[in-house]
Amino acid sequence: MENTTTANKTTNTGNKTNGASGNESRSKIDYKDIKGWNMDADPDNEPTYPMKDYNGDDHQRVHWERPPLQPIDSEITKSVEHPRIPATFGNVTPPSGLSGQIRRFAYRYSESNLMHWLPLVLADRVNAVEGIVDDIRRGFFPNIIKERGWYAEWKYNKKGVIKNTAMIGTAFFVAFLIMSTRNRNRG
Amino acid sequence: MNFRGQFRVRLDRKPYPEIKHPEDAIVRVTRSCICGSDLHLYHGLVPDTRIGQTFGHEFTGVVEEVGPDVKKLKVGDHVLVPFNISCGRCAFCKQGLYSNCHESNPMATASGGFFGYSHITGGYDGGQAQYVRVPYADVSPTVIPEGMDPDDAVLLTDVLPTGYYACEMGGIKTGDTVVIFGAGPVGIMAAKCAWLFGAARVIVIDQLEYRLEFVRNYAQCEAYNFRSLGDPVLFLKRTTDWLGADVCIDAVGCEAAGSALNTLLGRKLLLQGGSTTALHWAINSVKKGGIVSIVGVYGPIDAAVPIGNVLNKGLTIRANQASVKAVLPKLIDHVMAGRIKPSEIITHRFPLEEISEAYHIFSRKLDNIIKPVLIPNAA
Repeated sequence: MENTTTANKTTNTGNKTNGASGNESRSKIDYKDIKGWNMDADPDNEPTYPMKDYNGDDHQRVHWERPPLQPIDSEITKSVEHPRIPATFGNVTPPSGLSGQIRRFAYRYSESNLMHWLPLVLADRVNAVEGIVDDIRRGFFPNIIKERGWYAEWKYNKKGVIKNTAMIGTAFFVAFLIMSTRNRNRG
Repeated sequence: MNFRGQFRVRLDRKPYPEIKHPEDAIVRVTRSCICGSDLHLYHGLVPDTRIGQTFGHEFTGVVEEVGPDVKKLKVGDHVLVPFNISCGRCAFCKQGLYSNCHESNPMATASGGFFGYSHITGGYDGGQAQYVRVPYADVSPTVIPEGMDPDDAVLLTDVLPTGYYACEMGGIKTGDTVVIFGAGPVGIMAAKCAWLFGAARVIVIDQLEYRLEFVRNYAQCEAYNFRSLGDPVLFLKRTTDWLGADVCIDAVGCEAAGSALNTLLGRKLLLQGGSTTALHWAINSVKKGGIVSIVGVYGPIDAAVPIGNVLNKGLTIRANQASVKAVLPKLIDHVMAGRIKPSEIITHRFPLEEISEAYHIFSRKLDNIIKPVLIPNAA
């Protein structure tokens, strides 16, 4: 369907489709001819202001003058709700590997669909494992304790670290005792 | 800064950023903050946060290079860079919705592009680095006025504008009672700004005593620990003549504490777009016909809120990421006039080399941290 929009009037010049006659005849009506149209319009009642400084540009749809377009030099996982790639983008880590496959799948669905978001969450977790594998493949063994900033925990929360370590140690010790008692009883 | 997975970040060497678009600039970072919303990325709550990305959407820096179509900024300018990446030409930017730009984010239509904030906000690297690519350099980046403290300038890129924007969206009127959920940096700024709009009473709710103490002094407001209130909604009703506040602001977002169910569903199992406890309280403690303003960040997945009460109470809900450029001139004026001194919330400074520790301390709220600033080597 193609819409042409002028300042005061929207005319639908859409293609004819079977079964859509009700919509089609409705779209041919000049809404300004509808009885009472615009009688109570109050331009000062603009609840979105000051968040939005309404100027009517919404009704011009996507006809703004576009900035120059950034050359596309990598694979972009574009939202299906975008008819075109925006003029600029980041894409610092294009999809790759298994996480990339999952992301490509997710981007087949709209932003209102859980099939978009849940696979993206899964892809993030897979990507974290890929990151570790990648590091090791490059001969770099990530220092996960350092990356998690746990040295700071020791510096600022010694009591907490000791308490947690003691609790975990006790839990393991009790579990070990239970297991060894069971094994002895079976034997 | 290089994101390596949930709770894991490290310092890495990455290539010097390139000019990829004629309106780009390259900026050498002088200050960069860690934002509370960076923690949502760090905690793995924002989908499509890819390994290898550099976070950081609050930064200032010196322009090192400009693209051929950049006319206003010059090499050597010291600029504050709002977190929104805005073209200035689409229907949304032209109406002041710079955070909703339609020409800066291919990966989603709900939001515009932001620096260093996952691929659902455009996949840009952020400013927790020595150098960063800044698209549409002539639109939002603003030369830091002479005489402005650089620490104040960096807080004008997000924190102060977001607090101010929350109040503006709340439509605060002279004499209003305003309740702010969250005494993090944005909540603190919202409390400070609420007075600028004529509030007669400002109440902040949080669970961290040191932050409540800080906001009481910094914003001259009331501050209460919800852990000691029993039911915070009942308390707020009681203290507002049983009618409720005129305006409630959610400055917490998806990592709210206070409800085991919400924590389980929103923060642990990720079955909803975050824990909605603060928003739940905001809806239930605002008066009938009142306004709830949301600046706390939530994930894109569905999240449970008492929508029936929104209907029955006739509430207006207003929410957005702050359009920094829209409020920046006013805020620069407030800062230069000394009405607000945002840098007073900075409690910690870290060299970029200590990025992992900085994130951990901020995430775990150690050492009474409120706002950490990173100082890259090149600054």
